[in-house]
Amino acid sequence: MNRTMSLIGKSLAVLLIGLLVVPAAAWCKEPYKIGGLFSVTGPSSFLGDPEKKSLELAIDEINARGGIDGHLLEAVIYDTEGDPGKTNLNASKLMTKDNVIAIIGPSLTPTTLAIVPLAEKQPVPLISCAAGILITEPVKPWVFKTAQSDVLAVAAIYGHMQKKKIKKVGIITVESAYGESGRDQLTAQAPKFGIQVVQAETFGAKDTDMTAQLTKVRSAQPEAVICWGTNPGPAVIARNFQQMGFKIPLYQSHGVASPKFVELAGEAAENIILPAGKILVTDQLPDSDPQKTVLKRYVEQFTGRFKQPVSPFGGYAYDAMMILAKALEGTEGKKDAVRKRIEEVKGLVGVTGTFNFSPQDHNGLGPEAFVMVQIQNGKFKVIDQ
Amino acid sequence: MGLRGIMQEFLQYVFSGVTNGSVYAIIALGFSMLFSMTGLINFAQGEFVMLGALGMISLWKGAGLPLPAAIVLSTIGVSAVGLLLERAAIRNVRKPHPIVLVIVTIGASIFLRGAGMLGWGKESYSSPAFSRQGAFEVAGATLLPQSLFILAAVLLIVFGLQFFHRRTLTGKAMLACAISKRAAWLQGIPSERLVLLAFALSAGMGAIGGILIAPISMSSYDMGMTLGLKGFCAAMLGGLGSSLGAVLGGLLLGLLEAFGVGFFSSSLKDAIAFVLLLGILYVRPGGILGAKVVKRF
Repeated sequence: MNRTMSLIGKSLAVLLIGLLVVPAAAWCKEPYKIGGLFSVTGPSSFLGDPEKKSLELAIDEINARGGIDGHLLEAVIYDTEGDPGKTNLNASKLMTKDNVIAIIGPSLTPTTLAIVPLAEKQPVPLISCAAGILITEPVKPWVFKTAQSDVLAVAAIYGHMQKKKIKKVGIITVESAYGESGRDQLTAQAPKFGIQVVQAETFGAKDTDMTAQLTKVRSAQPEAVICWGTNPGPAVIARNFQQMGFKIPLYQSHGVASPKFVELAGEAAENIILPAGKILVTDQLPDSDPQKTVLKRYVEQFTGRFKQPVSPFGGYAYDAMMILAKALEGTEGKKDAVRKRIEEVKGLVGVTGTFNFSPQDHNGLGPEAFVMVQIQNGKFKVIDQ
Repeated sequence: MGLRGIMQEFLQYVFSGVTNGSVYAIIALGFSMLFSMTGLINFAQGEFVMLGALGMISLWKGAGLPLPAAIVLSTIGVSAVGLLLERAAIRNVRKPHPIVLVIVTIGASIFLRGAGMLGWGKESYSSPAFSRQGAFEVAGATLLPQSLFILAAVLLIVFGLQFFHRRTLTGKAMLACAISKRAAWLQGIPSERLVLLAFALSAGMGAIGGILIAPISMSSYDMGMTLGLKGFCAAMLGGLGSSLGAVLGGLLLGLLEAFGVGFFSSSLKDAIAFVLLLGILYVRPGGILGAKVVKRF
């Protein structure tokens, strides 16, 4: 009984949505369907929520311009809850039932990796919003991503340390896919910059006190400490770091590049150095920066429409849609043509950085996608252009 | 690094262990107390911790109440939630087998976590320290004043409970209920009301735990799960039902973790602590201070 009721309810909803869409679509060609997979709820909703909103924003922007070659865009977005199993299920739904031309998302590295084989087999172009390097390396023909890789963030941090003549570092990483990936990159890239990792420690995402790990790091006498994690762990570390009276600089990853971190860590956030996407410091960018106009428009639209501050994460989905829109031009929605055209996208200035795709590079970003910032008086200040 | 350096390091591990351990201890106390009164393990205990912490932060930082008022109100509020849980979910179970009741509390914990998410969102919150006093330095190692607050609260609760059970009529009645509910009922002790009181007390204790943890850690709707699990382990380790055992178990678990980091590796921290825990339970199945061997279902 319940089931029939919900079926009727769903059909009604579909009918209603259909009615709403028809008047707009009546005067143009069949709309292009774009799939979205984001962790809108669950522990990683801080990624999925702005991503979903930004995708909607990008689609409305393109539709307001009249769509692509006369086709309006239509989004079909499912919530993955950050769960690889649910992601897989929803991805098959998008591919077989909704028949989307391309998929944007998922938000996380594990959820993306869970559907990569599916996207390759179907095949359907997939533009992930996750950071993990494994997504695009080795290159898979149908899989792309817009988030900066950890590789670039680590290079930015080590580049800054090299200038400051720091040779010995202690690292402390979170026990998650994000932390593992950061740890691997930090150890792998260190020799290239003449840096030695003297102590590597980890912490649990929900630990309440990290002084034990920091004590061990201190005993190895590093010249700087790098913490790699997402809120709230790094904020606890920042506090412990300050309480223990460390006299050396603390670096954090781009995972905490948001005002929320400053709010959580309070005074302990002062003087912390981290790599951040340019969106965090839009108004400090010189006018010569090619991203400045794109960033300003995105920030205005996002804050105006959703009445919440922008996060760097929404930009991943926004950029993915803009890249896809460019690639869709003149393809009449043929998937293999779209895939090929994404590889040809060059010099597309997005929120995250300037994208230059190629058959060998499915991320398309360079090191200029990050700027080094320092937290001063509770604000992010650009320290290294 | 000389002997001094090694001493300083050792002391820092002890302090770190005591900080985490006292957090576990205060949660373990809630588990332990409810178990000794009702024979029930309440897996929603961690969620009471979460409600206490977030409630206090909202009342103090959000509503701008003075700190003592925020603490008292938050504790009372969470106790009320504990009462409600007993009345609405536990008492109405038609066949109150222990296993059924345990599953009910797991359901309650999921419900409370969801409610916490709706109420406070998915973000983390931080609370400033209670006192402006900076960290103490003892022989080069740092000790947080907040750790001392927690330890003091733990000891106060332990002695308060002892006093309650030994010296007050209600406390004695409660003990009688714990020994045999039926016999107590035949003596005219209103056992149902005492169970209700036990729930309110343990929920309030969970809330106090959360309130005290808030300034050293970050609070979010899902903080209760890990803390609840660690607190439960501590209670098992010390011996379920013994309040001194809960404190001992909590501190031991915290110290094991800290030394696990110090002398082995931080990625093995939990593994080392739990392997030792298993070892202790193998030798003493009732926990360190457990009165008798626990029955298996």
